[in-house]
Amino acid sequence: MRLTGAQIIVQLLERQGITTIAGIPGGANLPLYDALSQSRAIHHVLARHEQGAGFIAQGLARASGKPAVCFATSGPGATNILTAIADAKLDSIPLICITGQVPSALIGTDAFQEVDTYGMSIPVTKHNFLVRSAAELLTVIPEAFRIAASGRPGPVLIDVPKDVQNQVLEFQAWPEPGCPDPAPAFALTDAMSAADLINTAASPILYIGGGVIHAGAAHLVRRLAEKASIPTTMTLMGLGAVPVDHPRAIGMLGMHAARYTNMALEACDLLIAAGVRFDDRATGKVAAFCPKARIVHIDIDASELDKIKTAHVGIVGDVREVLEVLLPMVEEQPRTAWLAYIEELKVLYPLQTPGADAPCTPYGLVLQAASLLDDDAIITTDVGQHQMWAAQVYPLRHPRQWLTSGGLGTMGFGLPAAIGAALAYPTRTVVCFSGDGSLLMNIQELVTAVEEDVNVKIILMNNNSLGLVHQQQDLFYGGRLFASDFQARVDFGSIARGFGMAVYDLATAPDPHATLARALSTPGPCLIHAPIDTQEKVYPMVPPGAANKDMIGGEGRPLSWAPSADAVAGRVYVTAHA
Amino acid sequence: MSRLTPETPTPLRSESPQVVLELTVNNHPGVMSHICGLFARRAFNVEGILCMPIGTGAQSRIWLRVPADHRLEQMLRQLRKLEDVVSVQRHGADHEVFVRLEEFFQA
Repeated sequence: MRLTGAQIIVQLLERQGITTIAGIPGGANLPLYDALSQSRAIHHVLARHEQGAGFIAQGLARASGKPAVCFATSGPGATNILTAIADAKLDSIPLICITGQVPSALIGTDAFQEVDTYGMSIPVTKHNFLVRSAAELLTVIPEAFRIAASGRPGPVLIDVPKDVQNQVLEFQAWPEPGCPDPAPAFALTDAMSAADLINTAASPILYIGGGVIHAGAAHLVRRLAEKASIPTTMTLMGLGAVPVDHPRAIGMLGMHAARYTNMALEACDLLIAAGVRFDDRATGKVAAFCPKARIVHIDIDASELDKIKTAHVGIVGDVREVLEVLLPMVEEQPRTAWLAYIEELKVLYPLQTPGADAPCTPYGLVLQAASLLDDDAIITTDVGQHQMWAAQVYPLRHPRQWLTSGGLGTMGFGLPAAIGAALAYPTRTVVCFSGDGSLLMNIQELVTAVEEDVNVKIILMNNNSLGLVHQQQDLFYGGRLFASDFQARVDFGSIARGFGMAVYDLATAPDPHATLARALSTPGPCLIHAPIDTQEKVYPMVPPGAANKDMIGGEGRPLSWAPSADAVAGRVYVTAHA
Repeated sequence: MSRLTPETPTPLRSESPQVVLELTVNNHPGVMSHICGLFARRAFNVEGILCMPIGTGAQSRIWLRVPADHRLEQMLRQLRKLEDVVSVQRHGADHEVFVRLEEFFQA
């Protein structure tokens, strides 16, 4: 075979099974785009900003669980896409980013649109390559796919100088497509120790995160929770792994958890942490997190064990493989007293959702949208108050139903990620909950949604402010609002229509519920504008740096009946029963 | 319990106990950047560094002298995660590789 480097890249991507690539062409990746134009297997999605391209690929990867690919040119193309790559690193998303680079001979000369893409991408990728010959592509591309999908997934960047894209190579055979390595082996004795701890625990809690979703282990977590009667809490990244209405589910933990969830954690004597990394938004002040608990920590990344909390039993392995071995060793137990205590907490300290029945409050909007959608709908969010409101109350029931920027917390994630998810699953409805601050950060992708005619519904909670900043300034900075309340009002309806997108405005609709129903059921992309009160806050909240037990807000109404003495005294389960 | 972020900045010339690390790595232009960056972005000072190709030149040996503080175990785990790091071995501070070099490093 006699092909150029660019043709080799495109054909290797086809051989990996790639059918969609998001990107933007420019001077240094024109040979690659020329080769891509000849592909019959790959559909190219033209983003309008490289960060959008990166997040479209992320949407594809998060929804499908398979590595996805994005393209950018050198210089500003590469710097623009770095945010989406860093986001993929923090949430462990398999992403392959291929950037054009100035010709090899010009590297290091401050050539036009030259930046050190390789150097800049080191700290935000799982691995990266600067390709120096067309022949190297035959190993680098499959390697990139292997690395992105093996162990703890992550982004891989491949920087390809223009002359390498143009170089003609004669070669005999195609390499095998890159596939994930087998997961690390773990010791049976460690699983037995974990089972011992679980079997002897009086008040265990399962604490599960994105790793459970990556591993395809959600059904096993459910079985473990059911068999051994273990209340199960999820991180922001773990939402959907266990259905919210499952009897053992106790919701999301941490900064914006329901009070009862954090209180349950306070009381547990064993924390079974699976596919989680003890992020500060989940743990609050670490020294005060689950103070009475022993810890079983299962994670595929050895460096996560003992990083924040030392595990009594640490198992490095794939969560699914570990749970398959662990499940038969775990005894069936009713744990009646512990579950009764959890139920009591749930009744006494539930999540307060004021306005849940009203159409134009944050909770009302999320719940109404949910009532109009089925479990097939994919939910993406941007970052801010709307993200937390949706995380608190949207009835998520399936892994990969919920796509949100967890670790990096990137405003501007929601819309392009929704486009990617809709491209991966064209028959499903994708709803993007966004805020006015977030939507403005990648608003140019409205036109990409229109061009691709994806079934994306943006529900824009517009409070004309940076809501979560506004909230923190209100609560922790003496109410000195600065740079968080927007002065000018944006007419999002005109903007969306300008991009050619259908618009539904709940502010002026005579029957907002009917309008929302029409918007969600009409195929194709649309913007649903919903003004909300700037004073609305996400409660309860753990102040930054505080312990999870020190939540503010969201106390609810005084009880009309008498709770148990233990609960009133604030005595926790383990002390009461030890 | 250990946190990655140090409470106080690491002094330039560390007085704390040290260890010597022996790394076998793939030999290409980006490897030193990956390894040094790993330490630098955690404000973890590398006190000594030596690197030469071994065998056919496909691999290199890197010797590092670093402080043996509470973050060391996490650093070793992070090093082992790097694609180009083939192996990591830990030696005591008195390992002869740096001791024998001392005559080249007189002030």
